[in-house]
Amino acid sequence: MNTVPKSGVPYGAQAPKVRRRRMNVSLLLGGATIIFWLIVALVGPMVAPHAPGQVVDLDVFSPASSTLPLGSDYLGRDVLSRMLIASRFTVSIALLATLLAATVGVFCGLLAASSGWVDAIFSKLFDTLSAVPSLMFGLVVIGSLGASIPVLVGTLATVYSPGAFRTSRALARNIAVLDFVTVARARGETLPYIVLREILPNLVGPLAADFGLRFVFVTLLLSGLSFLGLGVQPPNADLGALVRENIAGLGFGAAAVLVPTFAIASLTIGMNMVIDAVSGGRRAGGRR
Amino acid sequence: MIAKRVGGALLTLFLLSLVVFAMSLLMGGDAAEAMLGQNATPEALAGLRAAMHLDQPSWQRYLGWLGGLLRGDLGVSLITKLPVSTLLAPRLLASLQLAGLTAAVSVPLALFLGILAAVRRGSLLDRVISMATIGVVSVPEFVIATLMVLIFAVRLHWLPALSSSRDFSSLHDVVRVFTMPVICLACVVMAQMIRMTRAAVCDALDSSYVEAARLKGVPPRRLVLGHALPNAIGPIVNAVALSLSVLLGGVIVIEVIFNYPGVARLMVDAVSTRDLPLIQTVAMIFSAAYLMLVTSADIVAILCNPRLRHR
Amino acid sequence: MSLSGDPLVRLTGLEISVRDAQGQDKIIVRDISLEVQPGEVLALIGESGSGKTTIALSMLGYTRGACRISDGTVEVAGHRLDSLPEARLQGLRGRVVSYVAQSAAAAFNPMLPIMRQVIEPALVHGLMTREAAEDKARGLFRALALPRPDTVGDRYPHQVSGGQLQRLMAAMALITDPALVIFDEPTTALDVTTQIEVLKAFKAVVRDLGTTAVYVSHDLAVVAQIADRICVLRDGMVQEQGRVEEILFHPRQDYTRALVAAAAARVPAAPMPDLPRDAGDPPLIQMRDVVAGYGGVDAQGNPQVRILDGVSFAIERGKVLGVIGESGSGKSTLARVVAGLHAPASGRVNLDGYTLEGEIRHRDKEQLRRVQLVFQNADTALNPAVSVGEAIGRPLTFFHALRGADRKAEVARLLDLVRLPAALAGRLPGELSGGQKQRVNLARALAARPDLLLCDEVTSALDPVVAEAVLDLLIDLRRELGLAYMFITHDIGIVRAIADEVMVLYGGVPVELASHEALEGPLHHPYTRLLMASVPELRPGWLEAANSAFSCGSTPGAGHAAGCRFFQRCAVSHPGLCDVLDPAVHVGAGQTIACHRGFDGLQATPGIAQGAIPA
Ligand SMILES: Nc1ncnc2c1ncn2[C@@H]1O[C@H](COP(=O)(O)OP(=O)(O)OP(=O)(O)O)[C@@H](O)[C@H]1O
Ligand code: SF4
Ligand SMILES: [Mg+2]
Repeated sequence: MNTVPKSGVPYGAQAPKVRRRRMNVSLLLGGATIIFWLIVALVGPMVAPHAPGQVVDLDVFSPASSTLPLGSDYLGRDVLSRMLIASRFTVSIALLATLLAATVGVFCGLLAASSGWVDAIFSKLFDTLSAVPSLMFGLVVIGSLGASIPVLVGTLATVYSPGAFRTSRALARNIAVLDFVTVARARGETLPYIVLREILPNLVGPLAADFGLRFVFVTLLLSGLSFLGLGVQPPNADLGALVRENIAGLGFGAAAVLVPTFAIASLTIGMNMVIDAVSGGRRAGGRR
Repeated sequence: MIAKRVGGALLTLFLLSLVVFAMSLLMGGDAAEAMLGQNATPEALAGLRAAMHLDQPSWQRYLGWLGGLLRGDLGVSLITKLPVSTLLAPRLLASLQLAGLTAAVSVPLALFLGILAAVRRGSLLDRVISMATIGVVSVPEFVIATLMVLIFAVRLHWLPALSSSRDFSSLHDVVRVFTMPVICLACVVMAQMIRMTRAAVCDALDSSYVEAARLKGVPPRRLVLGHALPNAIGPIVNAVALSLSVLLGGVIVIEVIFNYPGVARLMVDAVSTRDLPLIQTVAMIFSAAYLMLVTSADIVAILCNPRLRHR
Repeated sequence: MSLSGDPLVRLTGLEISVRDAQGQDKIIVRDISLEVQPGEVLALIGESGSGKTTIALSMLGYTRGACRISDGTVEVAGHRLDSLPEARLQGLRGRVVSYVAQSAAAAFNPMLPIMRQVIEPALVHGLMTREAAEDKARGLFRALALPRPDTVGDRYPHQVSGGQLQRLMAAMALITDPALVIFDEPTTALDVTTQIEVLKAFKAVVRDLGTTAVYVSHDLAVVAQIADRICVLRDGMVQEQGRVEEILFHPRQDYTRALVAAAAARVPAAPMPDLPRDAGDPPLIQMRDVVAGYGGVDAQGNPQVRILDGVSFAIERGKVLGVIGESGSGKSTLARVVAGLHAPASGRVNLDGYTLEGEIRHRDKEQLRRVQLVFQNADTALNPAVSVGEAIGRPLTFFHALRGADRKAEVARLLDLVRLPAALAGRLPGELSGGQKQRVNLARALAARPDLLLCDEVTSALDPVVAEAVLDLLIDLRRELGLAYMFITHDIGIVRAIADEVMVLYGGVPVELASHEALEGPLHHPYTRLLMASVPELRPGWLEAANSAFSCGSTPGAGHAAGCRFFQRCAVSHPGLCDVLDPAVHVGAGQTIACHRGFDGLQATPGIAQGAIPA
């Protein structure tokens, strides 16, 4: 169903010099964006000028000023301070969920690639999971369990583990039939040795790209849920929630709604640029 | 082979019903409590539980629920006490209108652009398309919708920001109501359809048989349409199916933003009020639709491929 | 081949460069000047990477990927292909010049019926009507000796064998009566028995139609049959050009001499003296009545698809068993059974008289150590993420618990054993050449200190000169270490050079088991004879003389019900007997054959006894 990114020959007919420079530029730009957001998530809340819940301005949606660099939000709170805390929520929840999805997916994928009946069971299981449209899955789980951060992380990880499973399984299966694995088997090596020492080292590159892709998906879904009011709950807020609560400011082009919107976009586009540059631009992007 | 695909999809659907049902078991408390609120008497609770068969073991309830689904009895909403089918039918229709219209616009356009980008690989056009699609794929639907509202409704006043009106007295109204949501949805859906189509056609164009055809003197148009495209059909159909399934999810966010009276509003409200029967039914419908799409894509791919057809 | 008149093809000072990832131009073909006269067949010969295909494609005005013609001219039939715009080139391709690709299996569009693709050049150039084109195609199918010429066009590429596809591709190239046809290694992917038929078909149509052709190949013996002149290429430059006889018998350049020497029929190696052993000792490895296959097993314990059917043999210590057979005959499966990678459905494998378990996990470490596997494709046989030292070192740790400095010293010794510098230990496989990789591959197997090496086509993927060196190494190692080999190959020349005994597999059944001496003798199973007679020899005119009386078709019959599996292709078959009863087994001096005719019958059969016996 899902296509595994094919690492083929980079297409050549056009001047590769230009392509290469473009690749480096997008790698640099994308990488810088990602690092910027990581730093913001890490230290941001410590340097925030105000408490995120504190009302500091009588005016709502006030424009940027020297005291409030990003203006105020719909309650007159400092947008900068709220952005700093919201970034931390978005980045950390997304990272955690991606990590979880990747760990579960890769582990099961490798297991499935090495045994027939395990494969049959896992494949069916993950197929079933991925048959629910992702947002719908999120709605069902949150509808049953309520919206809390552990539930969010779990849900996001569950929604995106089938993708990680499928990618790693397909990659591992392609490698498992290569002669060097057969040689190791003929030598009598144990399964863990074969998986960890012969197969895994060859998967690191593609799996890293897959991880990045999955981080993008997770961020998108998390923001979507929060935007619907079903993600991170008040008094906490992530970037999606900031967009939601300030949507009324859209009419005046308030920074309170535009800044988080662009923040989400820069995070995901930055990640995509990095992946694209690294995998030679041959990835067939898909969202699921 | 086709029977195997269909069988596989049905099995998945069955497993899915188990998962969706299991969700209701995970929910703290039960539906009777949820309906009667905090200060219900134990007697009332017990009575309602019996009436709703909540006192039965869970597998019996599961069978009852599944049987109901199959018979078309979708249960009763906990909150409004109305049958789910009554609540759902008009909303579903409205959502289908929106999704159908979007699909009708986006599929042909996306295929065209995808193939064009593949044929003109490396050109300015290809790069523009590729940048634009990356941009759109990387951004949540609501961001796109927000920006479009900002530009077209708020700044330019061309179109209404909300589509709640169901008063289609003239074509003009229809256009006004549907344009914004359809454009937003189509953007989202098309972006990845274009990317996947382009990748599939590029792969086919890189193959030895296309090179061989080129060396036969086959003109470019025929090279693409006659040689590359038949081989890309499988992946393309797959891409279309996957994109349309994204449509199923994207429709929710878009409907909420434009206040479109489709199934999404209902769903989001149901989630906030934890109206489980409603949630379960909608989830099952969406998943069944997804499975149907993907399975038909598989079947089309099989039928188009002589290696799979002549076995 | 007139000396007067204009040549049909003229390349002058052709230079082709490729732009690498850094944007640097790198010249891959330089200063090529050659001419092809009308009606002449010119062969381009050289090892992989020598630029054969690049030059051939330039005669279509085509370059692959980031390559381009950076200097010189390409003139074909009066057109300057190097400077024509793409639209004009398109009008010439397929009409004036056409192309037969190396792998027809990849060059046919899998989604379209064959006939549509064959007549496409005629249609896109508007040369004839569909009906006329189809008629002409059927005529070409007949001329190319394709079976069922009237209906083969309705099939899809996957429904036709490789040899037939190659001929269908030739029909596609010839349908427009082009002035020039380019054959790019058209028989390299085929079995020898198929190759000879395809070659004969090509030669006949080229002769009958008076076609001018450029024939690209790495195989001198094949080229000797079909070409008038040869152009030897190396590293993108012309080494030597001349008439076939000149190149074969009076080569001027050292490189050409090495090429000719590598292609010349191999002298059989002196048989190894027997190692001292007690009369009662069991053989090192012995296989008895092994049946193996894929798919589930039925009630009788037989697999759904039988790949090996009743295979028995024995290898003594220090001896070499050669296994030959065409693609799909079950050679690799045999090696997998011995190695424990594929459990047989019935039968047994003994090591030193002890029965080995079918599956690896039931074998003990000592048994695993004694049998090592070496694969054909060194590219996939070495883990790209693991350094050479680590790859060779792992069996040392695994089997002999060597670590640290001891292990390092041993790795260096092993590298030296396979004639590689010790400094290579730090490299990754991606940084090695094909021949070096295959040596590392060998060193890894030797690290276990095995008694038996299972070599599956270890030299097939290498260029002739490199293959020659690896083979010599194998012969030396055997002498130095007293190793036994099971040597799997499709190349009978290699078997001659290295094997003490030869097993010929056909459809998973051993049809002949012959000692080194018996193999050189005159009497063989009809399939063995076909195999031997199909190997091209390095002399012009061999193809015409080659006796094809051993075969009446190149494609094995569909299903095998009963009787001899070779029945449909056997020219001396005995209908009513051979297709009903399984062949009887006859044992002669140093030789066993499974054929109803037996030694006497084969002796008496005309065409067998007098058949040209390859030297
Ligand atoms: N895993 C498998 N499942 C089903 N059939 C298989 C499998 N592996 C091999 N076969 C079939 O078994 C037959 C024998 O294969 P094998 O690899 O032993 O042939 P071979 O003589 O080594 O051929 P080659 O010269 O091409 O290497 C072939 O028809 C092949 O298609
Ligand atoms: S048994 Fe019959 S068919 Fe088979 S090889 Fe011998 S003569 Fe030919
Ligand atoms: Mg093989």
